[in-house]
Amino acid sequence: MPDLKQTVAEFGWPRVIIFLFLVALFVLAPFVGVRLDDSLTNVLNRFGQNAVFVLAMVPMIQSGCGLNFGLSLGIIAGLLGGILSGQLGLAGAAGFFGAIALASPFAVLLGLGYGKLLNKVKGEEMTIAMYVGFASVMFMCIMWLVLPFSNPTMIWGYGGKGLRTTISVEKFYRGVLNNFLMIKAGEHLRIPTGTLLFDALCAYLMWGFLKTRTGTAVTAVGSNPDYARASGLSVDRMRTVSVVISTFLGAVGILVYQQSYGFMQLYGAPLQMPFAAVAAILIGGASVNKASMLNVILGTFLFQGLLTMTPSVINAALQTDMSEVVRLIVSNGIIVYALTRKTRVAK
Amino acid sequence: MGQDSPLLSVEHVSKDFYGNVVLEDVCFQLRAGEILGLVGENGAGKTTLMRILFGMPVIAETGGYKGGVCLDGEEVRFASPFDALDAGIGMVHQEFSLIPGFTTTENIVLNREAMRGSVLNAVFGERMSALDRAAMKGKAESAIARLGVKLDPDMLVSEMPVGHKEFTEIAREINREKTKLLVLDEPTAVLTESEADILLKTLRKLADQGIAIIFISHRLHEVVELADRIVVLRDGGVVKDLPNEGVSVRDIASWMVGRSVAADRAASADGRRIGDEILKVEGLWVDMPGEPVDGASFSVRQGEIFGIGGLAGQGKLGIPNGIMGLYPAGGEVSFRGKTVPLNAPRTALETGLAFVSEDRRGVGLLLDESLEWNVSFTAMQIQGKYLKSILGGLVRYRDEAAMRKLTQEYIELLDIKCTGPEQKAKQLSGGNQQKICLAKAFALKPDLLFVSEPTRGIDVGAKKLVLDTIKRYNRDYGTTIVMVSSELEELRSVCDRVAIVDEGGIAGILPPTAEPAEFGLLMSGVSPTGAGPAGGEPDGAKEARRA
Ligand SMILES: Nc1ncnc2c1ncn2[C@@H]1O[C@H](COP(=O)(O)OP(=O)(O)OP(=O)(O)O)[C@@H](O)[C@H]1O
Ligand SMILES: [Mg+2]
Repeated sequence: MPDLKQTVAEFGWPRVIIFLFLVALFVLAPFVGVRLDDSLTNVLNRFGQNAVFVLAMVPMIQSGCGLNFGLSLGIIAGLLGGILSGQLGLAGAAGFFGAIALASPFAVLLGLGYGKLLNKVKGEEMTIAMYVGFASVMFMCIMWLVLPFSNPTMIWGYGGKGLRTTISVEKFYRGVLNNFLMIKAGEHLRIPTGTLLFDALCAYLMWGFLKTRTGTAVTAVGSNPDYARASGLSVDRMRTVSVVISTFLGAVGILVYQQSYGFMQLYGAPLQMPFAAVAAILIGGASVNKASMLNVILGTFLFQGLLTMTPSVINAALQTDMSEVVRLIVSNGIIVYALTRKTRVAK
Repeated sequence: MGQDSPLLSVEHVSKDFYGNVVLEDVCFQLRAGEILGLVGENGAGKTTLMRILFGMPVIAETGGYKGGVCLDGEEVRFASPFDALDAGIGMVHQEFSLIPGFTTTENIVLNREAMRGSVLNAVFGERMSALDRAAMKGKAESAIARLGVKLDPDMLVSEMPVGHKEFTEIAREINREKTKLLVLDEPTAVLTESEADILLKTLRKLADQGIAIIFISHRLHEVVELADRIVVLRDGGVVKDLPNEGVSVRDIASWMVGRSVAADRAASADGRRIGDEILKVEGLWVDMPGEPVDGASFSVRQGEIFGIGGLAGQGKLGIPNGIMGLYPAGGEVSFRGKTVPLNAPRTALETGLAFVSEDRRGVGLLLDESLEWNVSFTAMQIQGKYLKSILGGLVRYRDEAAMRKLTQEYIELLDIKCTGPEQKAKQLSGGNQQKICLAKAFALKPDLLFVSEPTRGIDVGAKKLVLDTIKRYNRDYGTTIVMVSSELEELRSVCDRVAIVDEGGIAGILPPTAEPAEFGLLMSGVSPTGAGPAGGEPDGAKEARRA
């Protein structure tokens, strides 16, 4: 059956295998005592939390800057926005959208600088991005301590100075999106409609952007910079545009994540987040220089599905708590696999 | 001519790309020491057939092939090019496969080491250190000497002009002792005529040493001159397989296209209006590796077709690349009396200039994108065309329908062989890619168009088509054309005036009716008495002539 074989080949074997594995986990779950509706709620929640991060990978992949391992920079901008919004005492929808607005200038400025740096290191973007991510997280570890924030719910109880490692957003903007139009079915099933709609909106805007003149230029720059230059484009400018958008989406992403998860995590927390997003988009079938909305949606779903289902089913089956170990193996394994398969830039 | 049993026999080979049949039941045989000329139109399947012979991964990735290939009487099915190399097949690809950051020497010698043994990096590194540089250079130099050309063994590939790259590749292939069969896919396309002559002589010598050669070229006279046997492919099938006795270029051309080809030279006196000076270039220098320009001055008149010829490396390619801002340049360029700033590709395009680059895969195409994108992209970016308003003009999206329509028009106009506007540019055959580059420039509707090597790698039928299209474009829209080409004949058949570049400057300008010998003299650096006032232009004498 050449037709089936070809369809599968186009879809990609890894995706088919992961998909089948995921289905198997869902089928298996009830037998080891994991409720299906619980699992579904979990998967949807995590999908909603993470989709914007994965989306943030798209512009830089398209412009030829590779995978954004320095997404932490955007996450930091988002954290700053969130904290400022809390400091100003904004709450609810005003708190959430206020946080995005307050994060924007940071995201844009950091993105501009980051873009400039990446333009200086063409060909080595991903390595440098990783350093940028790590360095900025470490730098912020100091800043979180010394920045003069004073809202008592955010700073350490003792000493009265320095931000806590985890700050509850309960009083700020918890569930602003998640609870919007939430669908409740039975005891356990909760569908975070608002978050999913917001993700969809972001994806739609990105899709639209890629169809504009600038979006087309960004893609062409990634596809063949010499061609783009001969067509009168400034390659560096287009790359910077993509980096700024990616960084901004990182900021939005962390705020979406917080309103669903319920906490802001400062200090070392932003360190690992880019990796999950990288793994997800690679599973979704993107290469280091081409990514589509389909890759984003599919990748987030498969990766987060795997990350939620594997530990819970395995824990229940083996009666031990290995969730963290399994999670690490799964996510890093996927990154390694995907990178070895996909780093060959077609040129 | 060698022993009787064939060295290579291709038996009933068929190949399709996802249902698109490109080779069908191809059979032919080749004996040791024999030279086979393989000809066919663009997209006839020549490169694909050679890729099958050489075990290129694209073939397996796209579903393999049917039929068999026998080498020395044994059926072979190479899993990778390395197996093919081990079996004694050498290949010079239509597209370069050199390492840009390495020198001539390193490319010639290193790849040879890699071919012998493993590709493992560790092993590779060890061998590197075991070799001494002087010996490497010696080997490379002897290979270059065998070719009979001048190449700098220490030059980086990334800085070489295309002609040198081609010779480096050929040197690499002929330097391997084991080689029994050498495949050359359009090796002469990027060479000047004199360079090509050298290559043909070398190939004949190699054949006399017992190496079998498959030679692919669109320059049919070369095939007639060199080949022992000629195989003609048309639409994926062998339509002729005969010894090269009493075969003429005209015969081959008609077999290729399946109808007779008229070798007419259209008279250019067809009511075109040639106006005043439109482009003036003074003291132009361009820092283009391998093709430096140093103090070139000339002027082009509105509506004319101005040719620029000369030997490789003398700077003819540097001229359009410099004016279009692709390489650092200086000097005075004015268009319609206004100064064109140099080193600014966008401004040059906005002024109404356009350029078809000689480096179609490097600069000319978005290989991973569709033909639609390739054709309409520049016009979209520079002129805001092929965009449609959304949300009452707030945002503008790509107008994919308009892009498709435009591309479809050019596919028909230029007879581009493809499955449709959505096909990826990298899947097209070399010649059809060239046509896409032309379509891209035409879509800009420029006032002045630079075309650099427009017919490189395209077949006889298509060549006439492309040249006719250029001429028609010139006639219908009054577009001024500056055509840079290595083929003097082509320039003489199309242009109103032909400038010859030598050592970075204009050596002289001649009317196309001038004797070939006069052009030859200009190219060799001697300024003949006749070259000066060009094409009967009184102001032609003002052209700067360099000593
Ligand atoms: N990877 C690919 N995927 C799909 N189609 C392909 C691919 N490679 C080649 N083709 C198609 O196969 C046909 C034959 O191409 P091929 O490159 O063999 O032509 P050719 O005879 O070498 O032409 P040219 O003289 O222009 O180089 C073309 O129609 C081309 O579009
Ligand atoms: Mg070819």
